[in-house]
Amino acid sequence: MSEQAGGTTRQGDGGPSPDGAVLSLAGISKRFGAVHALSDASLAVKAGEVVALVGDNGAGKSTMIKAIAGVNPADDGEILWEGRPVTITKPHDAATLGIATVYQDLALCDNLDVVANLFLGNEVANGIVLDEISMERRATELLDTLSVKIPSVRTPVASLSGGQRQSVAIARSLLGEPKVVLLDEPTAALGVAQTAQVLDLIERLRDRGLGVVLISHNLADVRAVADRVAVLRLGRNAGEFVMAETSQEQIVEAITGASESVVTRRQARVEAAEAARDVGQKRQASDPQEQS
Amino acid sequence: MSTTTTSTPPPPPVEPATAEKRSSPFGVVAERLRSGELGPWPVIIGLIIIWIVFQSLNDRFLTAQNLSNMAVQIAAAGTISVGVVLVLLLGEIDLSVGSVAGVGAAALAVLSVRHGVGEVPAVIIVLILGALIGTLQGFIFAKVGVPAFVVTLAGNLGWLGLQLYLLFPQGTINIPYDGFVAKLTHTNLSRIAGWVVGALIVVAYAAAAVVDGRRRARAGLPTPSMTATLVRIIGLAVVIGATVAVLNSWQGVPLALVIFVGLVVVMDLVLRRTRYGRQIFAVGGNVEAARRAGMNVAAIRISVFALASTFAAFGGILFASRSFAASQATGGGDTLLIAIAAAVIGGVSLFGGRGSAYGALLGSLVLGSIASGMFLLQLESSVRYMITAAVLLAAVILDSLSRRGRAAHGRA
Ligand SMILES: Nc1ncnc2c1ncn2[C@@H]1O[C@H](COP(=O)(O)OP(=O)(O)OP(=O)(O)O)[C@@H](O)[C@H]1O
Ligand SMILES: [Mg+2]
Repeated sequence: MSEQAGGTTRQGDGGPSPDGAVLSLAGISKRFGAVHALSDASLAVKAGEVVALVGDNGAGKSTMIKAIAGVNPADDGEILWEGRPVTITKPHDAATLGIATVYQDLALCDNLDVVANLFLGNEVANGIVLDEISMERRATELLDTLSVKIPSVRTPVASLSGGQRQSVAIARSLLGEPKVVLLDEPTAALGVAQTAQVLDLIERLRDRGLGVVLISHNLADVRAVADRVAVLRLGRNAGEFVMAETSQEQIVEAITGASESVVTRRQARVEAAEAARDVGQKRQASDPQEQS
Repeated sequence: MSTTTTSTPPPPPVEPATAEKRSSPFGVVAERLRSGELGPWPVIIGLIIIWIVFQSLNDRFLTAQNLSNMAVQIAAAGTISVGVVLVLLLGEIDLSVGSVAGVGAAALAVLSVRHGVGEVPAVIIVLILGALIGTLQGFIFAKVGVPAFVVTLAGNLGWLGLQLYLLFPQGTINIPYDGFVAKLTHTNLSRIAGWVVGALIVVAYAAAAVVDGRRRARAGLPTPSMTATLVRIIGLAVVIGATVAVLNSWQGVPLALVIFVGLVVVMDLVLRRTRYGRQIFAVGGNVEAARRAGMNVAAIRISVFALASTFAAFGGILFASRSFAASQATGGGDTLLIAIAAAVIGGVSLFGGRGSAYGALLGSLVLGSIASGMFLLQLESSVRYMITAAVLLAAVILDSLSRRGRAAHGRA
């Protein structure tokens, strides 16, 4: 349908997709009937890097993740894996390449214990008999290296906390030794402490040299762990930022569409007031946004 | 809740985050109650209470003769119940098992008596017929998408029709008293054989426990304490020893009981130790998770319905064996309800994914005890139905409560 964008990507601040990206997508388009969920969108992630994918509701984030994961392939566009063009049409394709996905609904079996959940669909067996011992050993090792704290690997998942469940889901995605992990809103619905737990885990994934794509609505979380931020708006790229050089306001602006919104207008007001104060000439005693 | 973390590097000798917490037995019970993982204990305690009550009302209840009769009595419906357990573990229901048992009995009688097929081949043909019936029902459920409740309700009627059709015009076909089928429920092991079988079970269990413990220790995994293992082995030895001793003091261990318990043990191993069993639990726990994990959900569902109908057909054979006949009433009446009730009373959750093959055995014992106790007290079946209903209701309430406990605990 839509025009093939080739390898080049149009981006805000980050320039073309970084060299040595494990996974890069360009010119991705996806339509649902009349809705252009994605139009000519691009994304890239390097090894050992956390890329946050942000955008308002309906911006196309989940659609992008599903295209990469092969759950709902894109209509058009190019996917490069370690520089080679690949096609991903089903979940199995993504798994074989080394892409693991953790969906927002974690897809755990509450009735089964942690070990069984970690190995769900990939059980280790001697003939037809499950090899519980090697599964339990590998599960323990994996959770220990990720410093995931759970009472026992033999507890049913039903009795774990939200953060622990999320950790189990993420740990499960690592069993296939992936190179890229896609996380769709891993901290939504988690409390402060549990969020910290999951963010720590994400950092550990990065330290292991994995590329992580993190979808989140929570810019504080994004700020805490992401190296780069890619913004989608209405299915199109709306800027790409290096976290360390970017203010939260810039990101919000990209998400909402510049100067248009309530959010940006409010920020402009704050910034103007601050600037005025810095100059120090006309100190306005009545400025209501003094703090911050 | 250990949300330690922050910037401290992971302490090198990570105190195994997964080591079993050792706590008092009371603590364990309280914890299980709260988290809704009760296991078989409610039904075991219920069974003991039932036995005490009936024994105090009639001292013939706990005699060797009565217990022997009861053991044979529960084998047929109990076998059907094993299949029902599998279906319940999927979170589904099979309302056709009674009629399928009836068809099994009728087909067996027609094949062996009317058409002169040998009894052993006839049994095999009937089991295959059961599997085909289950495959058909499972296919309509899993592939066409009709709720299992409705498919098997149609099956309930349809297979009853087939049963009546097969038995037409006699309505009842007698089977030989000395044939293979009749012997299934009219044979007792010799006293020695009873002890040998019992001893083999205990030795096998002990060996498995010891080997497993060793392998776990070698793999550096937490192992159950020596005492816990010993307690379990001795507990099993006591239960089996007492059973064999009691049954031997009458006519010996009934073959039907060995068959029934054997099926339960095999299915338990399949459920807990094989990939297939794990798939059944996964589908029952979370279909979507099973599907995303790459499991062939439809195939699993169809196979479970096939197994359930096969068990039902075999149950029908045992009914025919016990009464030396296949009749229009075989598998009718309360057969279906007893088979389902036994599984539920045995602690298998109606919500899917929780329970064990032993539920069929324990639940059948409870229902068999009630029936037998009522019979000794010469009470009408009206009373039996009402008491059975109360026990079933208690089991279902417990199931719902523990599910709620789990839900509350999960969010805690
Ligand atoms: N299966 C579908 N059928 C039809 N439209 C869809 C489908 N999936 C997504 N869409 C549409 O595509 C657009 C992008 O949706 P998507 O789920 O990717 O948004 P999102 O960025 O993940 O939003 P949120 O933050 O709310 O999760 C939306 O307009 C949505 O309605
Ligand atoms: Mg989404």
